[in-house]
Amino acid sequence: MTMPVPIGAAGFLARYDGLRGRLPGDAAVRDAAAEAFRALGLPGAAPGRREEAWKYTSLRPLADAPFQEPLSAADAGAAGLPQLAPARLVFLDGRYRPELSAPPRGIAVGSFAAEPGFGSLARPDRDPLVALNTMLAGDGARIDVPDGVDGGVLHIASLATAAAGRATAFHPRHSLRLGAGARLVLLETAGGDGRYLHNPVTEIVLGAGARLSHVRWQDDAAEAFHLATIYAELAERAAYEGFTLNLGARVTRTEFHARLAGPEAHAAMHAAQMLAGSQHADVTSVVRHDAPHGTSRQAVKSVLTGRARGVFQGRIEVARAAQKTDGYQMSQALLLSDQAEIDTKPELEIFADDVKCSHGATVGALDPEQMFYLRSRGVPEAEARSMLVHAFLAEALDAVAHEPTRAALDVAVSQWWDRVAA
Amino acid sequence: MLEIKGLAASIDGKPILRGIDLVVPSGEVHAIMGPNGSGKSTLSYVLAGREDYDVTAGSATFEGADLLAMEPEARAAAGVFLAFQAPVELPGVGNANFLRTALNAVRRARGEAELDAVQFLKLARAETKRLAMADDMLKRNVNVGFSGGEKKRNEVLQMAILRPRLAILDETDSGLDIDALKIVADGVNALRRPEFSALVITHHQRLLDRLVPDRVHILAGGRIVRTGGPDLARELEARGYAAVTADAA
Ligand SMILES: Nc1ncnc2c1ncn2[C@@H]1O[C@H](COP(=O)(O)OP(=O)(O)OP(=O)(O)O)[C@@H](O)[C@H]1O
Ligand SMILES: [Mg+2]
Repeated sequence: MTMPVPIGAAGFLARYDGLRGRLPGDAAVRDAAAEAFRALGLPGAAPGRREEAWKYTSLRPLADAPFQEPLSAADAGAAGLPQLAPARLVFLDGRYRPELSAPPRGIAVGSFAAEPGFGSLARPDRDPLVALNTMLAGDGARIDVPDGVDGGVLHIASLATAAAGRATAFHPRHSLRLGAGARLVLLETAGGDGRYLHNPVTEIVLGAGARLSHVRWQDDAAEAFHLATIYAELAERAAYEGFTLNLGARVTRTEFHARLAGPEAHAAMHAAQMLAGSQHADVTSVVRHDAPHGTSRQAVKSVLTGRARGVFQGRIEVARAAQKTDGYQMSQALLLSDQAEIDTKPELEIFADDVKCSHGATVGALDPEQMFYLRSRGVPEAEARSMLVHAFLAEALDAVAHEPTRAALDVAVSQWWDRVAA
Repeated sequence: MLEIKGLAASIDGKPILRGIDLVVPSGEVHAIMGPNGSGKSTLSYVLAGREDYDVTAGSATFEGADLLAMEPEARAAAGVFLAFQAPVELPGVGNANFLRTALNAVRRARGEAELDAVQFLKLARAETKRLAMADDMLKRNVNVGFSGGEKKRNEVLQMAILRPRLAILDETDSGLDIDALKIVADGVNALRRPEFSALVITHHQRLLDRLVPDRVHILAGGRIVRTGGPDLARELEARGYAAVTADAA
């Protein structure tokens, strides 16, 4: 998600081409001005051209300097925010930016900066990054979906715009409450430029029978650190359907704490990680079953190449009262290079006697017979590899029910190999 | 069209093909028969470009081009198609997507326009109907959970869609019911043109009754030990390999 830096008159004109039709006011006036600017250029920038009115002043230094326009609502999309849903909350460098956002109707949305308040789920006493967040949190989204309301689809976009040479850190504090029987599809994307630390903490409380589909798509900058902690507490029959795709950042940790507090709750925390170079990404989860008839599912798929390292630590805790719990964790890794590495640590801690809990892990390479089959049908090697990588992730991606997001994720996954090979 | 000279190949240092000489002219259908383990599938894999075999001697040219120097995908683009004896399953890859990707890759390599999803589906539906395949075969993952016969039909579907110039069928008739056998034979016969050839590996006369090969070759011990007309297959059926190959020795 990098923005080309415009240089000189050509840069400004390229920028106008990109924004054309999305700027306010009479387009014809702007077009005419663009033509004039194209003809005139920046005074003093073109060698051998002299303008009388600029006889003593040359703007050549201006022509050599790279400029980025401040983001506006019109070009937030062009800056690399995927357009996934009309309702959108945009955070720039961790700050809520209402002028770039389009809050949803029917549900209460606020910001942590306006109404600060820490939830009761986070454990700064135990988790160091949560302590850091709690210490420094400046902003975040507050979302409240009333009982019985379908909140539709909401996109929370985080964009880092760290200036070159300056590293920034931001610690968003998000909280989300779904009342009894409420529903919401929450899409979170993260991206940006430069070197930064993105350290969000999200607290999610789901009322009885509430249903949250939570898709996280992390494509932070190559030099970034993405360290996210998500707490979810589920009342009876509540369902949390989570999917995370980790593509970007140098170091990523996605830590889930889910507590199935009421009977018949369901939590799924699927994840896919696609890592290259020296990227490191860690999915760690603690699922606590405190009530009977709960189900939890976690399929973590890692595709690793270069010297990348993937980690999955999964822990299922079943309290004595949580009879008939059905828990499942699976870590599967596809290693595309000799130096890539996956570490898996599953743990079960079970105090109830009538439960079904299982976990497993597989590690493998691409199947040469499958590769040959595809190539024998005319599919070039790189495309065949992409298809098999995509197929490997299909089971995890199937957790994404929101069609436009699924389609966008499919594209991102399919293009991964080209991006890595580039 | 296909010209194989003195072709020898081994796997892990173990020689399997020991000097194959075989010419399949344009427009002809040749059958290869031979005992289990004689190297028939190996020959088909070497021609299609599977990497685990080492070609130790000889050559194979397809329309004058050095087939053995080409990547598998380039061979497919040139018009070579292998119907696998045991097609692999591709979990997570939808059959329609697979077929369209393959067809468009081949069309791209041939400088032809790609088909969009709608155009492709029209073509695929027509072909599945002709092959009496259930419609959901296009929606399912490639070969996953397909019965033995369904996998073979799926190979024939791929052949029908890719329209090769040289089809190598490795026991595509094995495990097929009588109706499916007719469908496979019709599938090959439908492609028959002066510029199409086929190499049909089989153990059974019943497919050859419908295809009527121009030549029948017997492969044993990594060599073609006898070549004859369609009658050779019937002779094999009646007398068995031992007797027929003894004649050749
Ligand atoms: N990967 C391998 N490693 C060792 N031996 C192999 C390998 N692949 C094939 N072979 C051997 O090569 C020989 C020829 O095998 P091939 O599959 O070509 O026979 P075939 O003529 O197709 O037999 P069938 O009629 O049973 O299909 C067999 O003895 C087989 O065991
Ligand atoms: Mg065989």
